[in-house]
Order: sequence, then structure tokens, then C-alpha cells
Amino acid sequence: MTVKVQREDFDVGAEIAALTAGRSDIGGVATFLGLVRDIAGDEEISAMTLEHYPGMTEKMLADIEAQALVRWPLDETLIIHRYGRLEPGDRIVLVVTASAHRKAALESCEFLIDWLKTRAPFWKLEETGQGEHWVEARESDDEAATRWNKTPAKAAQ
Amino acid sequence: MKILYFAFLRQRTGLGEETVNAPDEIQDVAGLVEWLKTRGPGHAEALRDVSAIRVAVNQEFAGMDTAIAANDEIAFFPPVTGG
Repeated sequence: MTVKVQREDFDVGAEIAALTAGRSDIGGVATFLGLVRDIAGDEEISAMTLEHYPGMTEKMLADIEAQALVRWPLDETLIIHRYGRLEPGDRIVLVVTASAHRKAALESCEFLIDWLKTRAPFWKLEETGQGEHWVEARESDDEAATRWNKTPAKAAQ
Repeated sequence: MKILYFAFLRQRTGLGEETVNAPDEIQDVAGLVEWLKTRGPGHAEALRDVSAIRVAVNQEFAGMDTAIAANDEIAFFPPVTGG
């Protein structure tokens, strides 16, 4: 169960290899990789800067992981979230979940990214041709996160 | 107490953090917000619309009615947009 908040890029293959090295109990690994898009609405994005709340960020990500462990039988989880200035195509976030079976890995991976988007204290400042602006939170992200409240714990067992 | 500002609140107050001695009669987040607004036009502008602000007390999400104490770390920021 690992959380990393870092400025540096990460290597998805190397992270998965490290997570599963020497493990023969893991039957499935699910990943979500978030990238910087070059379009938001109808505006072209030249770059974005991610700001976060050091201390609370790590605490919230660990809380979110702990919630996933209550709900699904997971062998390993990993969340990496970058901060600082990023350009289109850059990796922002990686969520990896590993379990004996695919259902737990896939569902918990989606749960983690949904919850992260509404609970982890990160903020995106986008740079466009019209200047800089803070990205506004989306109601659809709140809805994606709240629907998990209806999922009973250990649903995938 | 230590006050932290993030994103647009940091820009409008011109501060990432500040240490303040709020008057004793201020006992919750709502009272603190009203008092902080009096610290200057940047603070007043940043904290003008509380519906656009989220708050954390000691790194836990909190509400406007959350009680606060002298040694608390209180952060103000917009709804989060990570991921």
C-alpha cells in the first residue's frame, strides 16, 4: 500500500513490475493512468501547474487507499500523483491495484481515481492563449464519487 | 493559529500561509473567516464567497461550524481538481 506525491515523472511498467515482483498470489493488476490533455472545453491548453497541500495530500491518499482495502480484497495498491508544471501528454496520476481476481482490481482502481478526484487536495492552473485560469471542480466528478457510497463493502468478494 | 491558502485564495491574499492570533471570542471557522476578511482587501476578496471555498482543520475536511483552537492549522482552498 503505497502513496507517492512527486514532481518527477514515473515509469508505469517499472512501477507495476516493482509492485508484483516475487508475488505469485496476485492474479490481476488494474491501472489507471491520467495524462494532461491539450483541450479543455473549446480552449487549447499549453500547460498546467498542479498545486497541492503537502501533508494533507499524503494523508487523504492514504485514507482513500484504506477505504479501498475495506471494500475489496486487495494484495497491493499504488497511487502516484505529480505536482508542478506539466505539458500536454505528460503523465499526471497513476493508480494501480492488484488482487487475486480481476473484478476486485478493476472496481477498486475506478473507485480510487473517482475518490481521489473529489478528496485529494490538488488544484490545476491551466495556461491557455487567453491567459491562466484555475480549473473548476465538475459536478460529474462528485456524482462519480458518491455513487460508490451505494456499494456495500466487500462487494467483489 | 496557522492559516494556509491554496490556489485562487493564495493568489488573492498574496500569502501561502500566515500565523495569526485570532481574538478569543472566535470559536469556529465561520467566525474566523469573518475576522480574516478584515485583514485587508485581498483577504476580503479571497474569502468573499464562502460557497466557493472548502476548509480543512488540521488536515481534515471541515465545515463552517467546525470548532477551532489556538494551535490549529486551518486551510482555505477551492473545491479540489486533481486526478
